[in-house]
Amino acid sequence: MALPDVDNPRFLVPIEPVGEPVFTDPADEIESHSLWRDAFKRLLKDRLAVISAIIIIAVIGISILAPVIAPYAPNEMDLAKRLQPIGTPGHILGTDQAGRDILSRLIWGGRISVAIGVGAVAAALVFGVLIGLIAGFYKGPIDTIANFGLNILMAFPYILLAISIITALGPGLTNAMIAIAIVGIPYYARIVRGSVLSLREQEFVQAEIALGASNWRIIFKHILPNVLSPIIVAATLDVGWMIVMASGLSFLGLGAQPPTAEWGLMLSEGQKYIRNAPYVSLLPGLMIFIVVLALNFLGDGLRDALDPKLKQ
Amino acid sequence: MDDQALLSVEGLKTYFFIDKDVYRAVDDVSFTIRPKRTLALVGESGSGKSVSASSILQIVPDPPGKIVAGTIRLEGENLLDKTENQMRKIRGKKISMIFQEPMTSLNPVFKIGKQIEEAILLHQDFVDASGKKLPKREVKKLARQQTIDMLAAVGIPNPAQRINDYPHQLSGGMRQRVMIAMALVCHPKLIIADEPTSALDVTVQAQIRKLLRKLQDEFDTAVLLITHDLGVVAENAHDVAVMYGGQIVEIAPVDEIFARPLHPYTQGLMLSIPRIDKDEQKLYVIEGTVPNPAYFPPGCRFALRCPKAQPRCHAAIPELVYLTGDHAVRCFIAQEKYWTVSESLVRESAVVEVVEEGLDGGSEAVEVLNEALDGGSEAVEVIEEVLDV
Repeated sequence: MALPDVDNPRFLVPIEPVGEPVFTDPADEIESHSLWRDAFKRLLKDRLAVISAIIIIAVIGISILAPVIAPYAPNEMDLAKRLQPIGTPGHILGTDQAGRDILSRLIWGGRISVAIGVGAVAAALVFGVLIGLIAGFYKGPIDTIANFGLNILMAFPYILLAISIITALGPGLTNAMIAIAIVGIPYYARIVRGSVLSLREQEFVQAEIALGASNWRIIFKHILPNVLSPIIVAATLDVGWMIVMASGLSFLGLGAQPPTAEWGLMLSEGQKYIRNAPYVSLLPGLMIFIVVLALNFLGDGLRDALDPKLKQ
Repeated sequence: MDDQALLSVEGLKTYFFIDKDVYRAVDDVSFTIRPKRTLALVGESGSGKSVSASSILQIVPDPPGKIVAGTIRLEGENLLDKTENQMRKIRGKKISMIFQEPMTSLNPVFKIGKQIEEAILLHQDFVDASGKKLPKREVKKLARQQTIDMLAAVGIPNPAQRINDYPHQLSGGMRQRVMIAMALVCHPKLIIADEPTSALDVTVQAQIRKLLRKLQDEFDTAVLLITHDLGVVAENAHDVAVMYGGQIVEIAPVDEIFARPLHPYTQGLMLSIPRIDKDEQKLYVIEGTVPNPAYFPPGCRFALRCPKAQPRCHAAIPELVYLTGDHAVRCFIAQEKYWTVSESLVRESAVVEVVEEGLDGGSEAVEVLNEALDGGSEAVEVIEEVLDV
């Protein structure tokens, strides 16, 4: 193939000198601050979310300090003082069928419920996000296989799935947590996979590839931070859901085993006395209700705060 | 092969295998880019410009895309022989790319300074005088300084403050400047600019193009400019390659292609540019659409839309032939016409020689002249023909 002649003067296109450009774009005048700090500021303006956050922090704090705060040990029985009503001196919230102080049991039970909720969400989050990232980024057969597995998990009614996992592993708190974590995995994987599928076609991912970044670097450094905000929202909402699920499993006798102080179990054990001493069941139920509601409000608040479209 | 070539692409074929069809997005493309020059790749949507560009960096999505044939030589080394790891060291360092959409080309969750720094940290080793690696803190400081200098070079005011901005805080033009800074920060030999200004306001387009030209000069970089805007081509490119249906149909220096477009497709493109000096009611339209790359006709890919098409155009694909040293065309009719003309040019020069000889040689000359004119009714015809062309 013959090639063009470089010395040909027609190539010498003059290049005009360029002066310093002047900009008056108002967008350039915006003060610089971080996305997260912005989100936090917006969250602080949401009163419901702030109250919810305070409740959650209080519950976590009380749970941590349970040994110090609780007036009685959770399993300390006093058979002479069974089913004492609310307001009994020495037992502000009364006692249950075995004469155990309900307040102390609620405090101790918070430990387990919060731990199980957070733990299950954390486990589901880690695996779900990982699967979602890899399936969404690599597409093709990896995605097909991952999706197949996720679809199978999602095809089961979740309580049935949890029950079958526990049946296989044996009842108990840890196994209940594992079971509800597995139930939660596909939801995270789905959210992440969907976001990654659209993100990977964005030009900044192409730009990173064109810049010589490796796949892992792109996945974890560039795509992961972009899917974080929907995940944080989902996780916050899910802690409540997981607490409810763990309580449900305890209620069915598959989670925490008596005499452990756990809200779901307390609810279940109290149902026999619901006519004479409804508070034995109602109080732990109320606690679950409050914490889950607070988590939901906080999750909603976070969603609004993290959505840059609602910025103005 | 030309040793002056920075990048030479030879017989490149990139196909997409989707279901049972083969989409021949790039089908036998060859071009060269010389150092510090701009080659414009022109063509309508789906002509294979962008796929050619991503083939050079080997960032064609695979599957379904595959480079099935050809060589891509950067400074003599075939990039298609490189492993993925080796390619990663070339991307961003020797060849970098600027994308069309400045709005989505930057990662929204990172400060722009961090994103430019990343390019630096990926490709540059910071060593002290004895060749030892500098401590991390030192490296970060140097990278930051380079980033600030680079942002200043692309005309971003207050670069030291701007590095802490997030992409959403910048306008489209500013973001494209950041993209250019990212692309140039490792001083690549070649920048692939894929419609770098199409998504910007017209006034900003001009600024960005000026900036690109200025930086090309400062950084001694070659540019592969992908565009469908012939105005951009006229203003920026040294050479032009016109693509149609995955093939280059004409390649020539910029002045040449505007003065003497040979391929009917190029001629059609030129006719369809609105002109300020002509009072036209309607612009020229090339009838029809680009054929589906999975079902190209057996002959010339443009034949179905070509006003000059002849039966042979539908039968075989013409070769891309260099008619002069720097002007090649892929069209039977243009090639034939050119050859007839050049043949007559050769005869013309023979006549001129005879005439000059005749004028020099006095009485003898008249004889010679007569002879030339006598025998030369044909010659006169040739001269006239040539003058007409």
